[in-house]
Amino acid sequence: MTAFAMAREARRPRHPAGGVRPRRRGAGLHGLARRFVQVVFVVWAAFTGAFLALYRMPSDPVTLMLAQRSGGPNVVVDPAQEAALRVEYGFDQPLWRQYGTLLGRALRGDLGTSVQTGQPVRELLTDALPQTAQLTAAALLVAMPLGMAVPIASAHSRRRRIRGMLDALPAAGVSIPSFWLGILLLQALSFHWALLPATGNAGLRSLVLPAITLGLPAAAVIAQVLGRGLRSDLGSAYVELARARGASQSRIVFRHVLRNAALPALTVAGLLVANLFGGAVIVETVFARAGLGQVTVAAVTNEDLPVLLGLVVLAAMIYAVLSLLVEALYPLLDPRVRRDSGEVSRRTSGTRTQEAA
Amino acid sequence: MAGSTDLADADPRGDHTDPGSRQAFTITSRPGPSHADPSGSDGGVRGSDADTDPGRRPAAGARIGPRVLLALVALVRNPGLAGSILVIGVVLAWAVVPGWFSHQNPLQGVTAQRLQAPSSRHLFGTDHLGRDLYARMVHGAALSLEATVVAVLVAVLAGAVVGTVAGYLQGWIDTALMRVMDVLLAIPGLLLALAVVSAIGFGVIHVAIAVGVVSVASYARVMRAQVLVVREVGYVEAARGGGARGARILLTHVIPNAAGPLLALAALDVGTVLLTVSALSFLGFGAEPPTPEWGALVASGEPYLYAAWWLTTFPGLTVAAVVLSTNRIARALETDSHH
Repeated sequence: MTAFAMAREARRPRHPAGGVRPRRRGAGLHGLARRFVQVVFVVWAAFTGAFLALYRMPSDPVTLMLAQRSGGPNVVVDPAQEAALRVEYGFDQPLWRQYGTLLGRALRGDLGTSVQTGQPVRELLTDALPQTAQLTAAALLVAMPLGMAVPIASAHSRRRRIRGMLDALPAAGVSIPSFWLGILLLQALSFHWALLPATGNAGLRSLVLPAITLGLPAAAVIAQVLGRGLRSDLGSAYVELARARGASQSRIVFRHVLRNAALPALTVAGLLVANLFGGAVIVETVFARAGLGQVTVAAVTNEDLPVLLGLVVLAAMIYAVLSLLVEALYPLLDPRVRRDSGEVSRRTSGTRTQEAA
Repeated sequence: MAGSTDLADADPRGDHTDPGSRQAFTITSRPGPSHADPSGSDGGVRGSDADTDPGRRPAAGARIGPRVLLALVALVRNPGLAGSILVIGVVLAWAVVPGWFSHQNPLQGVTAQRLQAPSSRHLFGTDHLGRDLYARMVHGAALSLEATVVAVLVAVLAGAVVGTVAGYLQGWIDTALMRVMDVLLAIPGLLLALAVVSAIGFGVIHVAIAVGVVSVASYARVMRAQVLVVREVGYVEAARGGGARGARILLTHVIPNAAGPLLALAALDVGTVLLTVSALSFLGFGAEPPTPEWGALVASGEPYLYAAWWLTTFPGLTVAAVVLSTNRIARALETDSHH
C-alpha cells in the first residue's frame, strides 16, 4: 500500500522525523520540548482534519443506526427517538460547538462512545490494539531479516543469473496485492496442506500466515531501499579503497557498506511499522482476526464517526512516537549525525539542499 | 509506446520542452535495463552511445525508420520491458474494446454452468452464478483502470497546485500548506483513504478520489522542491527582467519545468494506486456487487476458496501483473530520464 509511497519517499530521502524539516537541533531540554510540541501539533491537526472531514459529511449516522437497530433500512423511525439520539451524541449542535466539546473531552482522554456498539471508543481501541501490535511485531520479524537478507545475498553472489533473480524479488514483492497474497497463503497452507489454522486469534500458530502476509510486502520495500543503497555504495571510492587494501567482499558489505545503506532502510522500517497498522485492515479482514483493522472496517461500514476519529488520532500518535524513536536511533548508527548534531549527513538530506535554495 | 516516433525534441537539453514526451520518446530508443545492472561495464558504453546519438543529429524526420528499428532491437534485448508493455497494451485494449476479447455476458450467468473449472469454453472458469470469469475480468478492466487514472490525476493536480503555491509564494502560506501535508503523511495511507471514503461516500470513483488524496502530500513536496529550484534559474530571472508578470512566469516557465519529476513520480505511483484502489474494492467500499472490478472479483471469489481456486487466482494475478508491468515501465522511464 503506502509501503510504496514510502519506498519513494526513501528514494528521495528525507529527515527521519517524517514531515519535519531538519533545522539545527536544539540540545537537551529545549530540543525535547520542541519535539513534544511537534508531536502534539501533529495529533491535534489530525484530530481537527478528521473532524472537519467526517462531521460535515452528508450521510447521517443516527438514521443509519436506527435503521440497523430496527432491522431494515425502510422502517419508519420515531422522530422523538431520533431527536433524543441526536441530542445524546451531540449531532444537533452547531459544528464548532461539537468540535469544542469533542476536543475538550479528547484532551481529558475521553474519545466518546461508539455510535454502533455504545462502547467507549477508548476501550474499543485499547482492546483491539494489542492484537494488532502483536501482528505488527510478528510481521516486522518477517520483514526485517528477509528484507535485509535478499540484497545482502545479492551483493555477495557472483553469478549474474542468481543476482538477477534476487534483484527481481523485491520488485515482484511490492507488486502483489496483499489481500491476494493472504488468500493464496490460506489456500496453500491452510486448505490444501492443512498446516496452519486459517482464521482467528488463538495462539502463535494463527499468527504465522497473517504475519507473512503483512511482512512480505514490507520486506520487499526494505529490500528495495537497502539494495539501492548497497548498489550505489559498492561502486564508491571507499569501497575501492577497502578492496585495494585486501578486504573480503563480506567484510566490505558488513563492515562498511551495510552501515551506510542501513540508514534509509531504518527510516523506511520505522515508517513501515506506522503503516503496518494500515495494512492490518486488509490482513485482519482476510484472516478474520480481531484487531484495529476489523474495528476500522466496521467503523467505515457503519459510519461510526467517534470510532473513526479515535482511530485517526491513534494512528497519528503512533506515527509521531515512531518517528521520534527512529530519529533517536539515528545517532547510534551514524557517527556523522552524532558528531554535528545539527547537520544531518549527506545521505539523509537529499532534498534539503533543494529546499534550502 | 505512442512516443516512439515523437522526434520533436531535437535539443536534448532544451529546458522548455515537455518532459513527458521526451521520456516517452527516449525510452524506446535505448538499450534498457542493462543500466540498472552495475556489473556490466559494456552496458554503460552501449548506453552512452544511444544517449548522445539523438542529440548529435537534429534532422529528425528522415530517421524514423532506423529509430523504430533501434527501439525494436532494444525491446528484444529487454524481454522484461517488452512483456510489461505487452501486458499494459492488452489490459488497455480490454478496457477500451471489451467486446473484441470476450463475447460472453459479464453480468448474466448460466446457472447450470456454475463454478466450472477453467476450460477452453471458459478460459478462467465460471463463478457461483455461472458467469464467465474471463468476461468479467475483461469488462472489469475499464473500471479498475479508470479509478487508477482518476486517483493519479487527483494526486498530481492537487499536489502540483499545493506545491506550486507553497513554493512560489513562500512565507506563512508555504508553512501552513506544508504542515497540512505533513499531517496527511502522518496517517497510514489506507486508514486515511478509508476516512475520506466514509466522508464522501462509497463507490469506485469516490474510492479513487480518496486514494488520490492520500498521495497528494508526496506530490506537493516534490513540486514545491522543484519550484524552489526553478524559480531561481536564469531563464526565469530573464523573463522577470523582460517584464513578464508573475502569473505568466509561473505558467510558461516555472510549472512546465518543475513538472518533470512530478510526472516521473506519477508513473511510479500508478502501480501503488491500482493496488490501493483494488484493496479498497476488496474490502467492499468500491464497486457495487454485480459490476465487475478486479479487487471486488477477488472478494467475491473468497467464499469459494476451497471449491474454486480460479475465482481468486486469476483476478489477483492480473492485478499483480499489471502493477509489476507499470512499475517496470516507470523504472525504465526513470533511469532513462536520469541519463
